Amino acid sequence: MSAALKLSELPLGASARVKDFPKTGATFLRLREMGLLPGTSVTFVRAAPLGDPLEFKLRGYLLTLRREEAAQITVEA
Amino acid sequence: MPALPPHIVPSGRKRPGPADRTPVYAVVGNPNCGKSTLFNALTGLKQKVGNYPGVTVEKKIGETYSQHGKPIKIIDLPGAYSLAARSPDEAVTRDVLLGRRADTPQPDRILCIVDATNLERNLYLVHQILDLGRPVILVVNMMDLAKSAGLQVRVGRLEEELGIPVIACEAVNGKGLVELKLAMSRVDLPLARHRWDVPAAVAPAVAELQAALTDSDRRPPLVARAEALLLLTDFDTVRVAGSAPLSVRTTDILKHWRKKWEGEGTDWAGTLVASRYDAIARICADTVRQSGVTGPSVSDKIDAVVIHPLWGWVVFGSVMTLFFLSIFTFAQAPMDWIGDQTAALATWLKTAMPAGDLRSLLTDGVIGGVGTIITFLPQILILYFFIGLLENTGYMARAAFIMDRLMSRVGLNGKSFIPLLSSYACAIPGIMATRTIEDPKDRLVTILVAPLMSCSARLPVYLLMIAALLPGDAVPVFTKVGLMLLMYALGTLGAFGFAWLFKRTLLKGAPPMMIMELPPYRLPRWRDVVLQMFERAGLFLRKAGTVILGISIVLWFLTTYPRHPNPDATATEQIAHSFAGQAGHLIEPVIKPLGFDWRVGIGLITSFAAREVFVSSMGVIFGVEGGDEKNTAPLREALHQAAWPGGATLFTPLVCLVLMVYYVFAMQCMSTVAVVKRETNGWKWPLFQIAYMTGTAWLVCLVIYQTGRALGY
Repeated sequence: MSAALKLSELPLGASARVKDFPKTGATFLRLREMGLLPGTSVTFVRAAPLGDPLEFKLRGYLLTLRREEAAQITVEA
Repeated sequence: MPALPPHIVPSGRKRPGPADRTPVYAVVGNPNCGKSTLFNALTGLKQKVGNYPGVTVEKKIGETYSQHGKPIKIIDLPGAYSLAARSPDEAVTRDVLLGRRADTPQPDRILCIVDATNLERNLYLVHQILDLGRPVILVVNMMDLAKSAGLQVRVGRLEEELGIPVIACEAVNGKGLVELKLAMSRVDLPLARHRWDVPAAVAPAVAELQAALTDSDRRPPLVARAEALLLLTDFDTVRVAGSAPLSVRTTDILKHWRKKWEGEGTDWAGTLVASRYDAIARICADTVRQSGVTGPSVSDKIDAVVIHPLWGWVVFGSVMTLFFLSIFTFAQAPMDWIGDQTAALATWLKTAMPAGDLRSLLTDGVIGGVGTIITFLPQILILYFFIGLLENTGYMARAAFIMDRLMSRVGLNGKSFIPLLSSYACAIPGIMATRTIEDPKDRLVTILVAPLMSCSARLPVYLLMIAALLPGDAVPVFTKVGLMLLMYALGTLGAFGFAWLFKRTLLKGAPPMMIMELPPYRLPRWRDVVLQMFERAGLFLRKAGTVILGISIVLWFLTTYPRHPNPDATATEQIAHSFAGQAGHLIEPVIKPLGFDWRVGIGLITSFAAREVFVSSMGVIFGVEGGDEKNTAPLREALHQAAWPGGATLFTPLVCLVLMVYYVFAMQCMSTVAVVKRETNGWKWPLFQIAYMTGTAWLVCLVIYQTGRALGY
């Protein structure tokens, strides 16, 4: 399957490739600089006990993002 | 030496070679790459910790010796993910490396520390730094962790690829340090051979900016190119005090291109970042090998429990309980000891010196005032120790991750949690711990509300008032604890309420975000923790010390002068006659609607030194000898006797309650004021804080007292 979905909708433990990204905003520029780029493989590791933020694994390290931010990034499995 | 790329022209004329003077190295790396451990290992105790003038970013400079015994200066720059700064910390790193700060020498050479377990992201910063055209030594740290993750990092390949010395290292075990020292001792260091192609779309802009930076901002050509590239992703959004502003020409060019690209829909910044990562991927392709599939790492297994929906809370609760239990149990003995020692010193001075104003200044002003603060030092040290331990092991980031959701309700993020929690013990370490919050507005809001969390200096006031409030010695524990909890709840509610208010009005910020790395768990490096604890405590004493001493002397003056005409006057008569006594009368009309008389007013004024001083002030004012915080019974009796001129009881239960509430909200702590002044670089915010907190205290107390009176209490 190659359907596009939001990063925040990724099932637990699933991996996907980043497809698209908001082009503006300091937050998203910083995410790019931390290696989250179109084409990067991302795994959804877990959510915080209260359901937000979310924890992802990419390029060998763990990164947290709020659900709201993750919802603006599209990925494809 | 291999041929250098054409754009690298050594600027030999500008600065003397490393042989003539002490060479300056800068240590740079991502957060959590083991930078501090390496810096401590290189410099030992030979370090100086201070602040960059005008910014509250820690400045650490250390010294080490080359293989030939020549001194080498090392600057430990704050951790950064990119030179396109997003926080004051990163802005300082950027400015020092670009030579924009007049207070810090531009480093001759740069030590880049990278984490072997996640080389690609760590190399991003290195890639930006290589553009600067300074000699760089690359330290690949945490080789042990990489190995256990099944990663094989071929350091030799990396060295060939980049053309600079690359050293494999395990800073925690001291491995690779000798090799690093050898490399640092080399008189000639090769410049990076690595070249990457600036994307065609942005190349003209880079050329134009580079020319402007060279001509109008007087940058050396190579730094100009690096800075031009940087400005395209940075746009100079985070500026801190002490860095020179850019010329109008450069700013105009930047604006022009930005407008043009925005119109065309070109993703220039993204293109630049992507092309750097492409270049890094080419370097890593041949350098890093993943051998076989490895199971979950130790960190993953720990996280499965620590961030578990159920066990996560158990762990979190236990850690925080331990945190507080240890503060209150371990700190008590040294606090008592320091209290006794300062008292003994004052007593000794009284016998050693002839009576007079100077003796009084020393014993009551200097020793009394400063002693009060030093008494809290054990508690502050333990707090720093714990905060350091949490940061050092990696749990701090997890605590922020767990608490983020709750903190987001008031517009803050999870990183504000630990500073606020620490403030339950003492606001000073709490406020100093806000340095981990990147967003300057979030940080300021956290600083502003932190003193509302009921700190341990309020306890003596609460205890005295509860004792005065409830008649009889056998106060039911239940009532006592209930009242106490009520005060804590009130303070906490106030802190969150004001955070919410400030984030919506005064300090409206960018939409909140929580982009944070969860570093792998590590065993604590005790040496780093202890070193940091002493550094921070020392910084507090040195920087806040002058303000505290100043206010102590002013308070002493206010209670000592003018002298009572009768030289045999008692302490009670003297304080009533003093400026503080007069001030008490002066503010009586303001505090009378809260049910306080001028004598309580004196207590409010003198306890600006520290809240607990209220108890001893009451002792002096009501003429109770020998009453102290532990034995409040005589003082309680005296308070029960106290009355208004008409004969009405002064300390009615309602007034006692109102007084407690006053101490919940009012800013009654000169040390906190001093620390806030230091952390916000000026008097504006501490004065605002005094005004809003004490204003709230007055208003809330007014409502409670007047309502209580109306209801017949």
